[in-house]
Amino acid sequence: MDKNERLLEIHHLHKDYGNGPVLNDVSLDVHKGEVLVLIGPSGCGKSTFLRCMNGLESIQSGEILLDGQVISGEKTKWSEVRQKIGMVFQSYELFPHMTVLDNILLGPMKVQKRSRPEAEKEAEKLLERVGLLDKKDVYPRQLSGGQKQRVAIVRALIMKPEIMLFDEVTAALDPEMVREVLDVMLELAKAGSTMVIVTHEMQFARAVADQVVFLDGGDIVEMDEPERFFVCPKTERAQRFLNTFTFEKKEG
Amino acid sequence: MQDLGIRVLFMGNNLARLLGGLWVTIEISLLSVVFSIVLGILLGMVMTLKNPVIRCITKVYLEFIRIMPQLVLLFLVYFGVTKTFGIQLSGQVSAVIVFTLWGTAEMGDLVRGALISIPRHQYESGAALGLESGQIYRYIIIPQTLRRLVPLAINLTTRMIKTTSLIVLIGVVEVLKVAQQIIEANRYTVPDSALWIYGAVFFLYFLACWPISLLASRLEKKWKD
Ligand SMILES: Nc1ncnc2c1ncn2[C@@H]1O[C@H](COP(=O)(O)OP(=O)(O)O)[C@@H](O)[C@H]1O
Ligand SMILES: [Mg+2]
Repeated sequence: MDKNERLLEIHHLHKDYGNGPVLNDVSLDVHKGEVLVLIGPSGCGKSTFLRCMNGLESIQSGEILLDGQVISGEKTKWSEVRQKIGMVFQSYELFPHMTVLDNILLGPMKVQKRSRPEAEKEAEKLLERVGLLDKKDVYPRQLSGGQKQRVAIVRALIMKPEIMLFDEVTAALDPEMVREVLDVMLELAKAGSTMVIVTHEMQFARAVADQVVFLDGGDIVEMDEPERFFVCPKTERAQRFLNTFTFEKKEG
Repeated sequence: MQDLGIRVLFMGNNLARLLGGLWVTIEISLLSVVFSIVLGILLGMVMTLKNPVIRCITKVYLEFIRIMPQLVLLFLVYFGVTKTFGIQLSGQVSAVIVFTLWGTAEMGDLVRGALISIPRHQYESGAALGLESGQIYRYIIIPQTLRRLVPLAINLTTRMIKTTSLIVLIGVVEVLKVAQQIIEANRYTVPDSALWIYGAVFFLYFLACWPISLLASRLEKKWKD
């Protein structure tokens, strides 16, 4: 695995929803096989940043490249690009009128025009991998939050994306279901997937990340390897942010 | 004499005439419902647009139809249009026009509600998979909208069937009018036939509406997310 090959490049990105800049001149490279964890205070633009990467949000200026090709231009065929950039959202949005299997097969069959038997075989393999093969014929409403989120991950994976974006995929889950979803992501990381993960689970971030990216005030404030970042962050802002996750012992 | 009244129901072709009347009722309702669904879906889609002029026009239309009693609308179309523009509209055609105007407004509002109740993330999840916007509508948005809509549309149909009883007043011979005619014809021979005949009408309305409501609640249960 060549870790120096740049898969996704973001150059001088500006994003504004019309009431002041949200992202201000942000640049970032994601290398092949790398796991980037994006952290930062609520409202700092983490979701916006991910959504710009797959064109769910338009950008005001800057450039985004995938495999060396500019994808932020006017003529971008997003349908093609998005097959290479998988995304999983915070609110596990499965399609409620379809079974688990049909949810997973929609992309491969309608976008990639793959045959049903072939796609179905792969869907079953992936479901097995996340421990949900027995749920393939049920409807999303019959699943727990953690199970839905694992199906959502499979739905993105079956497209064989080059890179996966995860936007706080455990934030809406009950605590006891967080682990099962994080474990799936850890396994993906071990298998060499390229991922950009937004999360508030600091333990997990430390375990999974190759690089931690700290975003605040519309820009990347600090970027470092997890051990260095979590043990001795260089900037005061990162220090202060990390402190919000620890508690002082009660006096006396 | 208890059995005298019910006898009228089976005298001559009375029962067949009542059923014929019921058919007029159902025909008018069905035609209106079909037109209302087609036009209502268009209206509902238009109503989700953010254009202020379109918003204003559709809103006025909706409020106007809601405030006006259906009977006034019927008179307005049947007598008003006929007199003013010299167009001869039969009672049945007037009824279909009025019920379509009314049904389109109601359906439009239901369609609008169903469309905006689909969360934004449903569009985005589809887009993130690489689906084109046409495919997103075809496979994700429209199937969910229809599931929410069908029970409501069926409900509207039963309300229409009930409201058709008003069209007696513009001279359409539907089930209620036939009933009145039968009672009238037997006023002297069977003075207590009214209870039986209206009872039969009640039963016929029930027969027409009950399976439809049943279907609606079945579908509602089946498609509940
Ligand atoms: N669709 C939108 N329209 C206007 N402002 C938005 C929109 N989405 C997000 N924002 C604003 O952009 C900023 C960043 O939001 P977001 O990317 O969701 O932050 P995070 O994911 O880090 O919590 C916030 O101030 C938020 O209010
Ligand atoms: Mg967010």
